[in-house]
Amino acid sequence: MRTFIRFVRSFTNLSMLAFAVLTLTPMVWLIAATLKSPDDLFSYTFFAPRLSTFHFRDLFTTVPFHRYVINSVFVATTMVMVQLFFSSLAGFALAKYEFKGKKPIMILMLSTMMLPGQVLMAPLYELIYRMGLVDSYAGLIIPGAVSVFGIFLFRQSILQVPDELLHAARIDGCSEFRIYWDIVMPISRPMIGAFCLISFMGSWNSFLWPQIILHNTDRFTLPIALNQLVGLYQQQYGTLMAGTFLSVLPVIVLFMLLQKEFIAGLTAGAVKG
Amino acid sequence: MATKQPELTVDMMGVRRTSRWFVLQYRAAPYLFVSPFLILFATFGVYPIGKSLMLSFYVTNGPKSAVFVGLENFRFMLSDPDFHTAVWNTAVFAFWSVFLQLPLSLGLALLLNSIWMKGRELLRLAFFSPNLLGQVFVGVLFSVLFIPQYGLVNRFLHFLAGIPLDTKWLANPDLVMPALVLTSLWMYVGFNMIYFLAALQAVDRDLYEAATVDGANAWYQFWAVTLPGIKPVAVFVLVMSTIGSFQLFELPWIMLNNSAGPDQAGLTVVMYLYQTGFVAGDLGYAATVGWSLALGVLMISLFQMRVTGAWKGGAD
Repeated sequence: MRTFIRFVRSFTNLSMLAFAVLTLTPMVWLIAATLKSPDDLFSYTFFAPRLSTFHFRDLFTTVPFHRYVINSVFVATTMVMVQLFFSSLAGFALAKYEFKGKKPIMILMLSTMMLPGQVLMAPLYELIYRMGLVDSYAGLIIPGAVSVFGIFLFRQSILQVPDELLHAARIDGCSEFRIYWDIVMPISRPMIGAFCLISFMGSWNSFLWPQIILHNTDRFTLPIALNQLVGLYQQQYGTLMAGTFLSVLPVIVLFMLLQKEFIAGLTAGAVKG
Repeated sequence: MATKQPELTVDMMGVRRTSRWFVLQYRAAPYLFVSPFLILFATFGVYPIGKSLMLSFYVTNGPKSAVFVGLENFRFMLSDPDFHTAVWNTAVFAFWSVFLQLPLSLGLALLLNSIWMKGRELLRLAFFSPNLLGQVFVGVLFSVLFIPQYGLVNRFLHFLAGIPLDTKWLANPDLVMPALVLTSLWMYVGFNMIYFLAALQAVDRDLYEAATVDGANAWYQFWAVTLPGIKPVAVFVLVMSTIGSFQLFELPWIMLNNSAGPDQAGLTVVMYLYQTGFVAGDLGYAATVGWSLALGVLMISLFQMRVTGAWKGGAD
């Protein structure tokens, strides 16, 4: 019986390993594809014996890829910083103060959280158009400057900051904003890490709204720029894959750095301890 | 719980803070802190909700012209065969997301939660990693993985199951949906697994011990301890992944080369909204479709919460 259980366990373990390898295969293939020379694209399924940087060079010479990278980095980092500031500030207020209108605000937030974003797209576009913000980064960033999800995330984590700490700071003459800046924010570091990554991913991968708002190709972010390359490069896919690889790399690197916080933040709303 | 306002004019630990500025900034702080959010939320959240309700009764041409048509938009939408296709496709996709993806996620989570499993951290990382790529980039990647002859999917399935190498996943109307389901499976199984895993780890270990002492077998333990323990999270995952499925757009749009695919086999509700509202330029109609989507999703979510019994004692 015991050997039987051990056999089943090793078998399950091996199956899981195989499954994990299968999951990672597309990504390994992606890396292999970017490093093949154009002649080898269809001769080798994975890595070709001689590696080539042709597709990366091609990517930067045939399209202004560096432009799209800069655009995406700018949009995503601005978005993260703005969202982080507004969400944590509001989350702090909702966690640590009693004030008139707090309940209605919370109810309003909760009720809109379920609403799919696409409902608002038509009127938002109209609004952005009337504000003259079509084809600008302001039109991209301002409507998404606060994240209701982020406010809940920060409220949840700031609730755990002991009140005594805040009172002690008040006694020392700390203004409320300094309490937020010098005490609450440093304590919330893990949540900040998680939120930054979630927010960065959201903005970095965002497609539909930028596609609607941005018209000038010089302003394109990576997702919409890459989408335009799909039609051009489907057969000679090496360049397309190089673009894809470089586009997903920043998120993967950030994830490696913030892995623990990220998973904790992701599940914070769903699982209560 | 939020705190009570401390009395600032009273001695606290022997220090007195009575300056008017200090009291003022203390009283004003919460309002100042939520005001940026409130202003933005009112402008880009509450106002568009009202506006889109109004717009849905208009035929518009771009943001500039609008003509009131009453319920004509809704009537047209309900009789439009394209809309029927879009709803059907989206529903089929949501069905597979719920009944194929979630059980698989839960299964993986259960295995990863077993202490005898080796390399759990790494396995978890591997399963989760596709989610980091984002729908657009996954779409680009899989549009190439699915190409006939040389595509990795065909090579692999040819080797494994003998399917023809020239299987045209994205050009054959019958294969578009399987391709989409497969891609989304790859991308989201590990994502949902993370939630299940977190829930499993939060289940009280003592309950299992008590169940073992009472002579409960593994199967019974699963039904009596595990499932009730992870139920709130399971319902959350169920509802969220259904909502997510109904918003499907990027994957088919990119994989099918910015189109609805052969015979519109990849047309989804959001794609329909985008094409009618932003490509054809009728924002009023887009608002109509958007509201219909929201209502449909809301009804399905409530139904799911009802059936699973999560919606009895109010929200939690």
